[in-house]
Amino acid sequence: MSTVDEAPPKTRRNTELVLLIVAVAIVLIAYANVGLAIDDSLPVDLVTLGGGFAIVAFAFHLVLRWKAPYADPVLLPIVTLLNGLGLVMIHRIDLTPGGPNAAPKQLMWTAVGVIAAVALLFVVPDHRRLRRYTFIFGLAGFVLLLTPLLPLIGKNINGSRVWIGLGGFSFQPSEIAKILITIFFASYLVQTRDALSLVGRRVLGLPLPRARDMGPIMIAWLASLGVLVFESDLGTSLLFFGLFVGMLYVATERRSWIIIGIGLFLAGSYLAYLLFAHFQERVSLWFDPFQPGKSDQIAKGLMGMAAGGMFGTGLGQGHPELTYFANSDFIIPSFGEELGLVGLFAILVLYGLIVERGLRAGIACRDGFGKLLATGLAFSIALQVFVVVGGVTRVIPLTGLTTPFLSAGGSSLLANWVIVALLLRISNQARQPSDPERPERLSTDDTQVVKIR
Amino acid sequence: MNAPIRRLGLVVAAMFCSLLVAATIIQFAQARSLDNKPGNRRTLLASYSKERGSILVGGNAVAYSSPTDDQLKWLRKYPQGPMYAAATGYYSFTYGSSAVEREYNDFLSGSSDKLFYRRLVDIVTGKSAQGASVQLTLNAKAQQAATNALKGQRGAIVALDPKTGAILAMATSPTYDPNLLASHDLNEVQSAFTRLSKDPAQPLLNRAINGNLYPPGSTFKIIDTAAALESGKYTPDSTLPGPASLRLPGTNSYLPNDFPGNCGPGDKVSLSRALTISCNTAYAQLGMDLGQDAVRSMATKFGFGRSLDIPMTVTPSVFPKDLGKAQLAQSAIGQFDVRATPMQIAMVSAAVANGGKEMSPYLVQSVRDKNLDVIQTTDPKTFSTPISSDTASQLNTMMQSVVSDGTGTGAAIPGIKVAGKTGTAEHGSGTNADVWFTGFAPADNPKVAVAVLVENGGTVGQEATGGLVAAPIAKQVMEAVIGK
Repeated sequence: MSTVDEAPPKTRRNTELVLLIVAVAIVLIAYANVGLAIDDSLPVDLVTLGGGFAIVAFAFHLVLRWKAPYADPVLLPIVTLLNGLGLVMIHRIDLTPGGPNAAPKQLMWTAVGVIAAVALLFVVPDHRRLRRYTFIFGLAGFVLLLTPLLPLIGKNINGSRVWIGLGGFSFQPSEIAKILITIFFASYLVQTRDALSLVGRRVLGLPLPRARDMGPIMIAWLASLGVLVFESDLGTSLLFFGLFVGMLYVATERRSWIIIGIGLFLAGSYLAYLLFAHFQERVSLWFDPFQPGKSDQIAKGLMGMAAGGMFGTGLGQGHPELTYFANSDFIIPSFGEELGLVGLFAILVLYGLIVERGLRAGIACRDGFGKLLATGLAFSIALQVFVVVGGVTRVIPLTGLTTPFLSAGGSSLLANWVIVALLLRISNQARQPSDPERPERLSTDDTQVVKIR
Repeated sequence: MNAPIRRLGLVVAAMFCSLLVAATIIQFAQARSLDNKPGNRRTLLASYSKERGSILVGGNAVAYSSPTDDQLKWLRKYPQGPMYAAATGYYSFTYGSSAVEREYNDFLSGSSDKLFYRRLVDIVTGKSAQGASVQLTLNAKAQQAATNALKGQRGAIVALDPKTGAILAMATSPTYDPNLLASHDLNEVQSAFTRLSKDPAQPLLNRAINGNLYPPGSTFKIIDTAAALESGKYTPDSTLPGPASLRLPGTNSYLPNDFPGNCGPGDKVSLSRALTISCNTAYAQLGMDLGQDAVRSMATKFGFGRSLDIPMTVTPSVFPKDLGKAQLAQSAIGQFDVRATPMQIAMVSAAVANGGKEMSPYLVQSVRDKNLDVIQTTDPKTFSTPISSDTASQLNTMMQSVVSDGTGTGAAIPGIKVAGKTGTAEHGSGTNADVWFTGFAPADNPKVAVAVLVENGGTVGQEATGGLVAAPIAKQVMEAVIGK
């Protein structure tokens, strides 16, 4: 295991403060811009709403100073910026004639997300504590994943059964399940990585693990196929399986897992393609989105992005409302239209930075669990961005997933804030100078024996 | 575990790169073609968000955009109502556009590449963008005369400047009011469009250039005469057989003249006289003697079967293939399966008037940006040279006698030499003939060539002939141009 360099580490909290001021300023300018473009006047609530948003962001910053002073200084400003821009776009789409009224709800969920993230920083002073609940998290994760299938509370929205509803309140449990299962994967793989990578025989030049070690992998595969088949949710299925394969590879350092994983996923996808008409429709629209008489949602998104061109129409001056789900699944085309290719690049780079910071926390982290967890969380964001942005830009067939931090949707926002809190926690651990007087009693991974059961 | 995390980082980098590339393809490489996809509402909304250029006739706008308070910002108005509909077309939010509104959309909307530099200046100076205006070649008086003359009848009129090909009048009847389709009350627009497109009289059709082609009847004799004179075997004085009726070879049916009796003493008639009185038997025989190749070749030189854009596409006129003798005899007098547009027939007259040089017809004179700088002008172009100037001048003289003492006296204008040819085309039993007149004036210095078509004899009905119904209309239109 590697450690960070031995130079006296700086907390970098002041860097974070400066970046955070810039992020909040950009969001406030964007908000003012929308008001000026649509109503020819500054929004009346610029001071109150904008001030509230700034206070929430700076409160989080203060919590970090107190509870995780060595945390990565870039994550919070980026996430604040993305969350803020998402709010601005959702608000902008609310303003179109006949538009929804999603911004207040999104603002509330932003607050909930931040509170959850702050609470997590308090409740979990060390991420290794999460290992105590490995199997509880795993069980809870898979149960949550399957709850939309239950009668009464399961809800089918827009053709995918990925929602649960409780008394007028709907929630996408797969978002929370994603975190729980990532923790479970990380913990389980750290335990079994040696068995998985060292024991087994070679078949056709590929080192295959033993059947008993294959078990959980097959369960993960079946669970993700189940999501695909019974919930018609290709995106979530792809996300979970990709996440698992990625983490497995990092844990075992064996490429055979990637080949096995991709092979299994392709086989499952092909089977689903043969079995389900709506899946074939998705694929055919992927090849040609402009088929008369078929769904034109990709086509409308593409035309929106094309209308934006290089520099975009400017916030409030395009017609993102012409695209379906313009504030959720298709919020990326909305940004492409109004901020242009330049703005879209900036947003993608921000996501790239989050992922890169997450992976860096993984590399710098001193314990295997932390490494795997940070890598898994970062990779899940990368996968999710790839699946949703790739879907609207025709890199892959369109599937329903939310864009992290941007899309309107409470469960997604809450889950992503929690992910960021975890990454902050792990990066704090990674960059913190180890206290020579207080040996890390939890760090037993380094001397762990090879368990072959 | 650090090496695989780094490698995973590379995978993530590759994934993000693919997204960046895909976004670039959509928003940069394919942006233009996506913008131009049919049914792209954003492009449509964008085109409404700035002032669309006017369409002008003379100094007056026949189509212009006026600001409104609703979401579409600019309302397209056609102050003359239906009069210029055939030329301007309509500009509808729901149903797109037609005619010049459609063909010159790039200029009118201001999106043409030729306006790029000017657009750039607008962006820098912060002025609101505005489309370029399009000046039509139409002559307001001629258009008015043509519109009035067709009222209550179905038909079409085309008037050309024979020297340039500029279209001076283009009328079709019945027609429609483009204001109905340009309205921002989209329900109203929908019901208007449904009504117009279901109307059996087909008001949305431009009969001058599209849709229904008509048997040209005796106006086709101009082309027979041209073929005869160009062959070198005939002069205007050549003698042709002119019986009261001609037995069609290989059949028991007879092809009669439009009038009782023969065409001249001893069943003989000169070529010139045969044209003057529109002798069917003489021309049926002439057609058979020349052969179908010679007749078809002359028709093709005049433009039959050839595509043409004015800028709207003109449906090619038809001279049928593989004719039997009897069919050739009928085709020579513009019957059987010969079909022509009024535009084509006007072009034939214009070619004779212009000494044998047929000019390409055009409807748009120039395009000017909002500062009135000319961006584009249409230069007259020769479409074809179907006949020599000698043939043209002989035909000119012969066609003058049609108007001075033949079937076309109704087109005579006092004090001015008028040349022309009538046509009365049967098209199936039980219906009245489609009647034609085509000609030009003044014959010694042609300023206007016209073709007039009235379907089913117009208001006259069964008694209608080209000379009776179409010739007086042609006279009114030609007078309007010459300024009498």
